[in-house]
Amino acid sequence: MITEALVLSAILFVIGTFGVLVRRNAMIMFLCIELQLNAVNLSFVAFSRMFGIEGQIFVFFVMTVAAAEAAVGLAIIISIFRHYETVNVDSFNLLKW
Amino acid sequence: MASVLFYMFAGLAIGGAIGVVMAKSPIGSLLFMVTTLGAMAGTFVLLEAHFLAAIQIIVYAGAIMVLFLFVIMLLNLGHDYQKDLKGGAFAVISFGITGVIAGFLARELGTTGIQDGPGGASIDALIAEHGAVGAIATELYTTYVVPFEITGILLLVAIVGALVLAKKEV
Repeated sequence: MITEALVLSAILFVIGTFGVLVRRNAMIMFLCIELQLNAVNLSFVAFSRMFGIEGQIFVFFVMTVAAAEAAVGLAIIISIFRHYETVNVDSFNLLKW
Repeated sequence: MASVLFYMFAGLAIGGAIGVVMAKSPIGSLLFMVTTLGAMAGTFVLLEAHFLAAIQIIVYAGAIMVLFLFVIMLLNLGHDYQKDLKGGAFAVISFGITGVIAGFLARELGTTGIQDGPGGASIDALIAEHGAVGAIATELYTTYVVPFEITGILLLVAIVGALVLAKKEV
């Protein structure tokens, strides 16, 4: 069961990485980052079957940080949308030279 | 029985994850994400993390995904799918990069030889003694009480930061 869970976690992480690289919509990139966080959570839970309850506690902390990150990231996306009227990441090239 | 259930949930999670990346509209993408999160809560139950499964449904699939849904509907997104997917050489390069990551992960998993360690038995004992919530809570409020308080400060900062960022005139 632990090995299968770790393999599932790796697959989900890779799918999330591919999504971040291949989509241009900032909202969907953000969703894929959440997917990566969840994949890591799953491997934490799987490792808690090997090393004890600490893994589950770290998942608790990761979920809290993900909630905070979602709030701040969505606020950033909204304020970007106010300026550019789009969330396509190719339109934001202010820092490019 | 448990392994059949696990493979069912795993297939659902992977299908949902592919849906998140490939769905045409952001709303569909988000609903696929909810599917993935639900399936992962199922795998958490099978790994004896009952409290985390409940939190996964309530906080992730409930609160955070509804927040995403609010923002997607507020911004009225999802009318330019053609411009959304990066095509051609970039997609191939991304596929290569993710393939390399997958290869490394597979090699690590293959060489370490995962065994069912002593953790499983100790968690089962904790759950039998304190219950599913108490097993996490006793450790969280004794050994990890300082990180727990820091998490509270982090949430406060996130609230203030989100308000400042989303305000009209700053």
